[in-house]
Amino acid sequence: MTAPLPDDATLTQSGAEIAAPTASILILACGALAREILAILRTNGWSHVTLQCLPAIWHNHPERITPAIEKAVTEARATYSQIFVAYADCGTGGQLEAACARLGVEMIAGPHCYSFFEGNDAFAAHAEDEITTFYLTDFLARQFDAFVWTPLGLDRYPQLLETYFGHYEKLVYLAQTDDDALTKKARDCATRMGLTFERRFTGYGDLATALEPLAAPAAKPG
Amino acid sequence: MSDQEDDIILSELDDEELVQQMFDDLYDGLKEEIAESVNILLERGWAPYRVLTEALVGGMKIVGDDFRDGILFVPEVLLAANAMKGGMAILKPLLAETGAPRVGKMVIGTVKGDIHDIGKNLVAMMMEGAGFEVVDLGINNAVEAYLEAMDAEDPDILGMSALLTTTMPYMKVVIDTLIEKQRRDDIIVLVGGAPLNEEFGKAIGADAYCRDAAVAVETAKTLVARKHNQGVGA
Repeated sequence: MTAPLPDDATLTQSGAEIAAPTASILILACGALAREILAILRTNGWSHVTLQCLPAIWHNHPERITPAIEKAVTEARATYSQIFVAYADCGTGGQLEAACARLGVEMIAGPHCYSFFEGNDAFAAHAEDEITTFYLTDFLARQFDAFVWTPLGLDRYPQLLETYFGHYEKLVYLAQTDDDALTKKARDCATRMGLTFERRFTGYGDLATALEPLAAPAAKPG
Repeated sequence: MSDQEDDIILSELDDEELVQQMFDDLYDGLKEEIAESVNILLERGWAPYRVLTEALVGGMKIVGDDFRDGILFVPEVLLAANAMKGGMAILKPLLAETGAPRVGKMVIGTVKGDIHDIGKNLVAMMMEGAGFEVVDLGINNAVEAYLEAMDAEDPDILGMSALLTTTMPYMKVVIDTLIEKQRRDDIIVLVGGAPLNEEFGKAIGADAYCRDAAVAVETAKTLVARKHNQGVGA
């Protein structure tokens, strides 16, 4: 678990593997969660866990997530005795949950990372009052252009801003860490989108709880 | 498509050339040029319905086909739609005056909790282009809003749209309410939105899932024609 974390652009487009040489447990995760999961693994000294991240940009293409997870789980079974899928529903419309149930692997509860970072119960409690809210996490604040501005063509066609975000009112930055520079970046994103700004510190929320069952090494297969 | 727009004087093109130029201008999202061309065709005696179907809808079909085939992407489609809207704004009052054929009537809106209306707006525009009267309920509609619109408008079709996996189950709430009130058979229910699929449409009891605006128009035409035929045969 001492391998360096790949840069955000790599996590966005290609994904990455941060291997633990003697790992018995594999976490298959969205690349957008790499920093947070790695921080949890290192803080706890869990050297029995390998982290494999799929491209974070699939946040914009959720139809690609379930088939890729099915393939990765199938391929990893021979190597790892336990596999955990670090995705919530993430726009798969229940398909990922169904696939994980079929494959017999656990995943993170909740609709998406905004929800589990804040805590699924807390998020659900105000979801109806925040339908005009656009959320960012640490990763999405850093990768705002790659995930929002450029794919929506706002770099080329700024006149489309109202078409995309005309009904939004507020940007809430769900902060996993205290980072003044990142808060400023998130605030800038709100300004660019013409939205009011709110920072809400979440820490790792339900992500940390979801990973707790991985604390003990599992017996190696075979 | 072309870098020579500045050199082209639209009024000097013959009808066929002008329509081809409108296809290009729609593709490039040039709203002012589309409005100018619409006015030129009207001045030349084209019926508003002919301008709509042959020039605007014809041009948007190319845009829709290239979107489906992965050649164009959402931003470009939105610019094209915006250009078409410019033409529609001129034609709409004229269509009402000249008694253009009406294929059917649709009530459409995004479901409760969902404010994402890009897809819904595209469908509404293309349905109007295809001769449907469209009553747009806007965003964030509770079941009561759909029912009230059905009472007030007596539509053939109810269209529901959602972008979020957290809001799309609300479509089932609406359909179940229609069943409960014994009104489900009165109306064709079409659903659409990025996270939906055909399986979901069937599971919630919709008549059809429409993956894009072009499919919505074709599905609507087919189902309305079938409904009317059933009415004749009954």
